[in-house]
Formats: sequence, C-alpha cells, structure tokens
Amino acid sequence: MLILHCPYCDVMAEETDLAPGGEAHLRREATASDDAAFRDYLFQRRNPRGVHFERWRHAFGCGKWFHAARCTQTLEVFGTYSAQVSTPPDDILAKIRSRRPDWKGFE
Amino acid sequence: MSDVMIEECPLRGMVSLRGDFASAAFQKALHGVTGLDVPTTRRIVTHKDGSVAWMSPDELLLMMSHDQADAVVSALEDSLSGEHHLAANVSDARACFRIQGWGAHEVLAKGAPVDLAPEVFHPGEIRRTRLGQVAVAFWMTGEDAFELVCFRSVAAFVSDWLQMAARPGSFPDVFNA
Ligand SMILES: [Zn+2]
Repeated sequence: MLILHCPYCDVMAEETDLAPGGEAHLRREATASDDAAFRDYLFQRRNPRGVHFERWRHAFGCGKWFHAARCTQTLEVFGTYSAQVSTPPDDILAKIRSRRPDWKGFE
Repeated sequence: MSDVMIEECPLRGMVSLRGDFASAAFQKALHGVTGLDVPTTRRIVTHKDGSVAWMSPDELLLMMSHDQADAVVSALEDSLSGEHHLAANVSDARACFRIQGWGAHEVLAKGAPVDLAPEVFHPGEIRRTRLGQVAVAFWMTGEDAFELVCFRSVAAFVSDWLQMAARPGSFPDVFNA
C-alpha cells in the first residue's frame, strides 16, 4: 500500500484515494518532430528499478495532479511536489541523493 | 453496543464556487454573500445561514437553505463579473446524510481511508475521500455527529452502505474501546 502526501490537501492520501498518471516530466514533442520522436513521446517509458518520478492525481480528494518521487524497489517515498514544474525541485533531489548516494541523477 | 442513526438531510442549497482564492474580488464576493473569509485548507466554517467548505485550492462549497441557492449564485455572479470564476447551483446534484450517535466514527472508518480517530479528526475539518467505491466529503457537526455529501446519483448506494455499516454489533470498537 502506497501512501502519498497530497501537497494541496496536506493529507497523507492512501493509494485507493489516488489515481496513477504514469511517468512524470515527459516533454511533449512539437508538431515539427519526426515520427520516431513522437513514437518515443507517446509510448516509450522508463521502467527503472529504483528511483522513479511519477504523476499522481488526488482523484477522490481535491482532484489535483501532483508529482511523486519514489523507489520502485523498496516503495520508499522521497517526497511529493507540485505538478507545475518540469524538473524535480532541489529539495527532492537532495533527499534522493542522501538516501541513494549512488543514484545517477535526474536526466 | 452502538446506536448510530443514519438519515438523509432535507433538501439543502449547495453552490459550487471556483476561482482564485488570492484575488481580492473573489474574497470580497464571498464575504459579501456569506460574511466569511475564504476557509484555509480542509476547513469548513459555519455561520448562522449556512457553511463554507474548502474543497480544493480553487473550489469552495457553499451551503445554505435550498430556496436561497439561486439568489446566492446571482449575487456571486454580480460581484464577480469580469473575474475568472464559476458559480453553480449544484443543490440537486448532491445528497446529504447525517450520521449520528456513539460509533459514528467507526461507521465511516469502515469505508474511508482516513484516520477517523476522535483525537485526530475534529469538528471544523472537511475531508474529501471515498466511501466504499464512491466519492464523498464529510465533516463533523458535533460530538459523534457527521454530515456527508455525495452525488445524488449514488445516494441510494451510500444510504444502503451507511445503514449496513451502522448495524448494531458490527463495530470493530477500535475507537470506542
Ligand atoms: Zn489533495
């Protein structure tokens, strides 16, 4: 059971209160992009064993989207943060580095 | 032992108000209609004519008597003209239930993933979550007394669910021990 902090409601929301939204920080390809870039944008997803960034929606609560950084191997949650950013904030990255010193970093 | 009473509330006026909470015009419009300030996160404030509840960072639920709802919407529309907002009379889209009596916390705790321990969940807080499989919001109106709103379309399900969960002898007695 995953429990994530909703940054908008300020509650610890249980997984059944949430809806998953897949990988976070995808960059939409522009109309000028070629087919391969569009294919990757639409279908290619990371599936790491370890640190992962995801989108979640507080579906039964405030209805808002937010981001979560967590470990897919241990289910440790490093933190949740606003959906209105295109890269993870520094405090989240620092938390991950302190917990996973060998982590390669966000690309 | 338990004697939790479940009843559907009489028709109630409900207005959904969305906009920018930080905007002075929004705050003024709300104050003009209810005399209240915008509630902070997850708070529900009650005044003599009704309540104002925080539903999300850009949505409030105003409750009042059923026949006042249209007037409230017009008043909000007037004072928010030119301001990005939404004010809608949702009275008939929602149903409201009262859950009252010793064990009311446990009735809701059976179906909602919320810490309902009496020392954690207090009057003044509203929680949007699920009950069973459907979306609800509930808050306390006094000791061992809750009100709950859900969509009218699932009101029969919620009513049955609550009646079932309130059956005497069915309580885990986690909070009442
Ligand atoms: Zn939320």
